[in-house]
Amino acid sequence: MSGPRDTSLKTQLGRVRGLGSAKEGVVHWWSQRLTALALVPLIFWFAVSLVSLAGAPHGLVVAWIKGPVTAILLITLIGVTFHHLHLGVQVVVEDYVHTEWRKLAIIITVKFASLLAALAGIFAVLRIALGA
Amino acid sequence: MAQNERPLSPHLQIYRLPLSAIISITHRITGVGLAFGALLLVAWLAAAAAGPAWFATASAVLGSIPGRVILFGFTWALFFHLANGIRHLFWDVGIGFDLEDARVSGYVVIGVSLLLAVAAFGLGCAKVAGL
Repeated sequence: MSGPRDTSLKTQLGRVRGLGSAKEGVVHWWSQRLTALALVPLIFWFAVSLVSLAGAPHGLVVAWIKGPVTAILLITLIGVTFHHLHLGVQVVVEDYVHTEWRKLAIIITVKFASLLAALAGIFAVLRIALGA
Repeated sequence: MAQNERPLSPHLQIYRLPLSAIISITHRITGVGLAFGALLLVAWLAAAAAGPAWFATASAVLGSIPGRVILFGFTWALFFHLANGIRHLFWDVGIGFDLEDARVSGYVVIGVSLLLAVAAFGLGCAKVAGL
């Protein structure tokens, strides 16, 4: 330990207060890895599917989405993807945006937008899968 | 101030980034880029849900030359982030974390991501062309 912190009159408790929980501090890290792990097979499945669907007309794409396995995997993919990306973007924002209110505003916006986009994607899948 | 007399670490504009550092920042950049790719996926699904006319418009946009360039970018970014993400997961369990292994796996990530991107995109374009 060196640097100006050593001369601080703050107590050790005072120094760490406000920096986050000591008990759930790894939740972000852990969620990031779990979603990454889930995305490995999902992305391979999705990439293979998209290649085989390239240039397909609307009817064929709709028929593909209507398959129960496809619909469930697509919904999973969308949910996990947006969860993973909002965690990732949050870290990027925390690293580069140093004005507290601006950082908070961007992170909240990213979280809300991610949820909204994920729900829109899931809704689109359900609308096709459950529609006539 | 004593702090001002301390040596500075090499500035980013002078320091030649090692491969690991280039891959690391590329992982970030592709990650942020892919966030927009996820929005494109949602838009594509929404177009499919909205009906044949909307879907035809989406297909035309994605099939145009700029559309294909963007799609190839997303394809490569996806495979890069995927391959390097797997590399990170191995590191997380303590495998391949020494310098030489990390250097080799870095090259593997670049090679594999380019190969998969070209293969996937090439196959897709071949299908569109009816080959």
